[in-house]
Amino acid sequence: MSLRGKAAVVGVAESDLGEVGPGFTPLDLIGQATLRALEDAGLAKSDVDGLFSASAYHHMPTLSVGEYLGIRPRYSDATSMGGSSFVSHLLHAAAAIDARHCEVALITYGSTQRSGGGRLVTGSEADPYEAPYNPRYPVSMYALAASRHMHEYGTTREELAEVAVAAREWAKLNPKAFMREDLTVEDVLASRMVSSPLSVRDCCLVTDGGGAAIVTSAERARELKEPPVYLLGAGEAHWHRSISQMPDLTVSAATESAPRAYGMAGVGPEEVDLAMLYDAFTINTVLFLEDLGFCEKGEGGAFVSGAGSHPEENSPSTPAGAGSHTTTLACTDCS
Amino acid sequence: MRGMNPEAGEPPAGIYRRHLKSGVLVFQRCAGCGAALFYPRVLCPACGSADLAWETSSGRGVVYATTAVYRREGDPYNVVLVDLEEGFRMMSRVDGMPAERVEVGARVTLRLDLTDDGPVPVFVLGDENR
Repeated sequence: MSLRGKAAVVGVAESDLGEVGPGFTPLDLIGQATLRALEDAGLAKSDVDGLFSASAYHHMPTLSVGEYLGIRPRYSDATSMGGSSFVSHLLHAAAAIDARHCEVALITYGSTQRSGGGRLVTGSEADPYEAPYNPRYPVSMYALAASRHMHEYGTTREELAEVAVAAREWAKLNPKAFMREDLTVEDVLASRMVSSPLSVRDCCLVTDGGGAAIVTSAERARELKEPPVYLLGAGEAHWHRSISQMPDLTVSAATESAPRAYGMAGVGPEEVDLAMLYDAFTINTVLFLEDLGFCEKGEGGAFVSGAGSHPEENSPSTPAGAGSHTTTLACTDCS
Repeated sequence: MRGMNPEAGEPPAGIYRRHLKSGVLVFQRCAGCGAALFYPRVLCPACGSADLAWETSSGRGVVYATTAVYRREGDPYNVVLVDLEEGFRMMSRVDGMPAERVEVGARVTLRLDLTDDGPVPVFVLGDENR
């Protein structure tokens, strides 16, 4: 039985964002976001009986989050697959709700990586077959993918820069965005190189932030104060952990997760009029536009530099720019 | 207190490192499906067979992807993925040239960088011994 329409997002919120200052912990931001999301939903903390989280800060994320918030879930899922974890949690929450393992699910995440010193926190184990070469992760993984995409499809640094410029144009419309100054393709190209061909402006900002979403059954959702946002489709796929094990650096696992999500929803990319794609590095957005079917493989560079990703255009757009992690509703990928 | 299980034998990573210390880059070939495997494992991730044989690599390969990693101080260093001619891929670096000049598609040949932590497989430009 399809999960289409069986569950709905009934509350969403962010914590304080940007740079919250020293002393705040990721759990503090999770607490802020959770309270605001519950208020948005018109639910109480005591209603939550399913807990979903992933974190680089906590070895057992749902235990830490449950303890801090005072939530004793009867269903708990700490599936960890990087930035797409929380989109997977959405699918898992819908399945758990449908199976009556829980009724009100909280999906949450928090990070203080900016106030914590501006470096990405990582709980990653070293890969002994990669560590001797000191790749700078995560950026070098995407840099390698970008080098291959440029080689196979003639994608240029200018085209990659268009992704960052479009994100900044969206950020200018968002009062909560961390950086809202003008940014041009020339600025991106001239910025400090980090792991070629990606410069610092091809890389995501390092900011503090937390988020929370409340998911419940369609029946319960209809009794709540806000119009429910039904989950129509979600899909997941993962193929590898290390970049040296990725079969084709120009093809992400979204080529499998997207058809699963579209199939469940009964829609295709041509019916999507808002796409919010994970844009941690400029090449990500190019790969995802291709792999989600918004353009042909290899044409992502042309897509972002022509019509497509800027605020004033009406084809599938990719608003971003808050510089923290944004939950995406269409499908989930991990590469 | 029980001793080590004598049936466990030598671990795949140990066999790999033992050969590397003797100056040879080895990989596994699956007898079930013919796939070349790297890194070393106890089963073939393609077909699931446990029937794996060790083979020696020619050390000849082609750069599949490349990046130059920039530092606050000092020259950038290179990180590549190399496709070996036997059909497996590994991370490495190309020595003997500026990091940012390494190109996708370049033919490269294995060298061993003898570090304090043991030999590290690296590559240099060119396809000598071909």
